[in-house]
Amino acid sequence: MSFSLKKGETFGTAQIILFLSIAILVIVVAVPVLLIFANAFWDNNGNFNLHDVMNVLREPDTYQALLNSVIIASGTTIGSTTIGTFFAWLVTRTDLPCKKFMKAMFLVPFMLPSFIGALAWKMLLSPRAGYINRFFMDIFNLDEPFFNIYSYLGIVLVEIMYLFPFVFIQVCGALERMDPTLEESARISGAGLGTITRKITIPLVLPSILSGALLIMLYSMAHFGTVAVLGIENGIYNIPTLIYERIHQSAGSFESIRTGTVLASVLVVSAAFIIWMQNKILSKGHFQIIAGKSFRPMELKLRGLRIPLLVACCTYIAITIVLPTAVIFLVGALPTYGMPFTWENLSLENYKFILFDNQLTKDAIFNSVSLGLSAALITMFTGVMISYVIVKMKVRGKGVLEFLGMLPFSVPGSVIALGVILAWSGKFGINIYNTVWIILLAYIARYMAFSLKANSAALEQVHDSLVEAARACGATMWQALKDIVLPLVRPGMLAAFFLIFLPSLRELTVSIMLYAPTTRTIGVAIYTLNEDGETVVSAALAGVALVLIITGQSIINRFIARTTKG
Amino acid sequence: MSYVRLVDVQKRFGQVVAVDRLNLGIEKGECFSMLGPSGCGKTTTLRMIAGFEDLNEGEIHVGDRLLSSSRKRFYLPPEKRDFGMVFQAFAVWPHLTVYENVAFPLRLRKLPTSDIERRTHGALEATNLLDVAQKSPASLSGGGKQRVALARALAINPDVMLLDEPLSSLDPHLREEMRFEIKDLQRQFGFSIIYVTHDQSEAMALSDRILVMRLGVVQQIDTPLNVYSHPANRFVFSFIGLSNFLDVERDGDGPCRVAGGGGTLPVSPPAGMGSRLSLAFRPQEVGFGTKGTVDGEVQRKSFLGEVVDYQIKVGEQSVRVQTGRRSPGPEAGETCHLDIRRPFWYPAEEPEG
Ligand SMILES: Nc1ncnc2c1ncn2[C@@H]1O[C@H](COP(=O)(O)OP(=O)(O)OP(=O)(O)O)[C@@H](O)[C@H]1O
Ligand SMILES: [Mg+2]
Repeated sequence: MSFSLKKGETFGTAQIILFLSIAILVIVVAVPVLLIFANAFWDNNGNFNLHDVMNVLREPDTYQALLNSVIIASGTTIGSTTIGTFFAWLVTRTDLPCKKFMKAMFLVPFMLPSFIGALAWKMLLSPRAGYINRFFMDIFNLDEPFFNIYSYLGIVLVEIMYLFPFVFIQVCGALERMDPTLEESARISGAGLGTITRKITIPLVLPSILSGALLIMLYSMAHFGTVAVLGIENGIYNIPTLIYERIHQSAGSFESIRTGTVLASVLVVSAAFIIWMQNKILSKGHFQIIAGKSFRPMELKLRGLRIPLLVACCTYIAITIVLPTAVIFLVGALPTYGMPFTWENLSLENYKFILFDNQLTKDAIFNSVSLGLSAALITMFTGVMISYVIVKMKVRGKGVLEFLGMLPFSVPGSVIALGVILAWSGKFGINIYNTVWIILLAYIARYMAFSLKANSAALEQVHDSLVEAARACGATMWQALKDIVLPLVRPGMLAAFFLIFLPSLRELTVSIMLYAPTTRTIGVAIYTLNEDGETVVSAALAGVALVLIITGQSIINRFIARTTKG
Repeated sequence: MSYVRLVDVQKRFGQVVAVDRLNLGIEKGECFSMLGPSGCGKTTTLRMIAGFEDLNEGEIHVGDRLLSSSRKRFYLPPEKRDFGMVFQAFAVWPHLTVYENVAFPLRLRKLPTSDIERRTHGALEATNLLDVAQKSPASLSGGGKQRVALARALAINPDVMLLDEPLSSLDPHLREEMRFEIKDLQRQFGFSIIYVTHDQSEAMALSDRILVMRLGVVQQIDTPLNVYSHPANRFVFSFIGLSNFLDVERDGDGPCRVAGGGGTLPVSPPAGMGSRLSLAFRPQEVGFGTKGTVDGEVQRKSFLGEVVDYQIKVGEQSVRVQTGRRSPGPEAGETCHLDIRRPFWYPAEEPEG
């Protein structure tokens, strides 16, 4: 044990660190969430009032939003799980050509913000103006659009495109680590490859499939962007979009806050339930199927299906990744939305405009980058401290911290946003509403989970004996921390930094609820410009965001490749 | 004609020749072991027989069935070969019960339910697993898991059982016990065993015949006794059991001298082996004799329980000698004379390169 409680020596330090960690989590996460529950379940006379909660839930709008969240999340989960598992099986267990490339491509949607994707699909498939719809309507003289993206099916399909990698990456990992003799012994028992896949392979990776599916469920329930871009037009709201709508439209009236907090409570409870299920599945059903020494796993020979499946994969990649990305950049180069993509029409004017001339977009880029950097730095350092207490220290009162440490994982973005509004617009004598600070605070709360995860993983690798050995050599506790622990957890800290910095560049859910005219982020700017009908400017800004994100990601990938090699 | 036949089988992985020109016949009901250092191609051979690897040359037959042929590009898939196979890492399915694991191959053969039950029961009984039939194999110890794998392989009553280091994941005590269980099962069910191991005592204890392999090339195929007492070459001699080698020199047909000093040998090699030779002998087949034999000096004497182990310097070379603990012998630092009772002669070792 690195921190002993020998009285007098480290008692003070350990308690201070523990206290600090608890304080941070309480202020940043627990208070906002508690305020949400308080507002939802207690009326303004201070009485516990379940009756009103039920009334709010029975209102047709709220009820419909809850139902929509469930419908969209279920559809997305089923679709993404099916596609993700199928592609994972295809790139790990068959002789599909160019499997490495395919695998890399299937992970690209991780990088792309789904609301930008939704924007692209809106440009392609909106019922009247969408390029694809217009194309088919012109060619076949149709009166009806070819496909209406403003629909449940449209929303679900777009979410599937961007969420299936969650299942894909989990199942790929499980299939790659699985002992191939488990499948070979089924083969020698007389099972053909189809039977093996059904009876052995899929059941063995089922825990990974389910855990990925639950992750998608969680994400989709609380997902704002896609539904905001594609649903609101047709009156389809889910929980986060309805919260936004209410808070935004009615400027903080009691009724709207009531509805918002009740919906947010529903989100927190469902998120907690999903995470609990996931832990249960992972701890109970996780089979020991890891290979010792092994050969390459068997590959199903696709034979006649090899080329058709290759074509299908390439088509999928072209339609879901290349096409929307290209449309964003192309529309960003047009003078007005709806013009054909001819050479004369395309120019870099919009890009110049947003980067150099337009105050709003310049502010947005500056805000997002500085918010992302500060949130990433602060969250990285506090995360490493809190993880250290949870993973390594033995002090009384740690249980409280462990519980608090679970919170960030189950609090979706829109809940955090609502929570910080309740907490920091004057209630405790501090009013930072309408400033960047409230966004920063919300970012820290939102991304704390990433930092805790990366840092605990790194710290768990540092065996206690390493610190003990240093202490035995005569190092003081601080020297041991500085010279032994810190260098060993540095990769975890860096991972945490990037895990926070990149997503915060494209954040929408939280900042849309908190922005003021001068504190727009990139995400907010893209969204509001699009709402205001400035489609081409919004597309150009989305293009710039994509360039930023992809550049950042490639730097990280190169960096990770270098650190893991040597 | 043998039951399992490998004819001129060759297997390459890129530039590596994993198995080279292997000709092999295994009889019905025989226990046949493949033995050799790591990477010599044992597993590859077994996997070719099982059908998991294609061949670059040659054919494999069982009885009157052709299983694999590189020339005809014919490969019967593993699931149609009706073999039993046991892997080193157990490979029992954790999502099925012990019973379901064992019944799996029978279910695939679409047998009547009563047959499935009867034969599963039989296999579980033979492997002492009836008590845990409804448990998950994940809850069993390593030995238990390997029994499940054995029962599963037995269930279809195969003619040939392929075992790839089935015991090397178990602790030594259990390993010996399971060895005899496998042998008992063979007696009971009458299948042929093809057994891969790098543990020579395991191979000796189990097998009717042993194949010794090195870098994909067969060195010797013979009974355990013959492999030990009539090794085909220097490699086999050194691979099986403990061994000593002394470099010796000889002028014409004269007496042999130990290279680098240490006296003249009273024994002579067969004629025509050249002037530089290796004299090989086992540490147990040396005694301490009188003057006039090989001279040495005891460097270290260690008491190992039943035997006493000596490290003896002969000129510039060093040999190992083991005697029973009751027989008299010199002490460390003393000079001694070695009486080599069973000498083997091999051409001098080529310099490594
Ligand atoms: N799938 C493969 N791809 C490439 N090379 C292989 C493959 N399988 C085996 N080899 C090579 O073929 C040679 C023989 O391997 P094999 O596994 O048969 O050895 P082995 O005798 O079973 O060794 P061990 O005792 O370590 O199990 C080795 O050099 C190995 O590296
Ligand atoms: Mg092997």
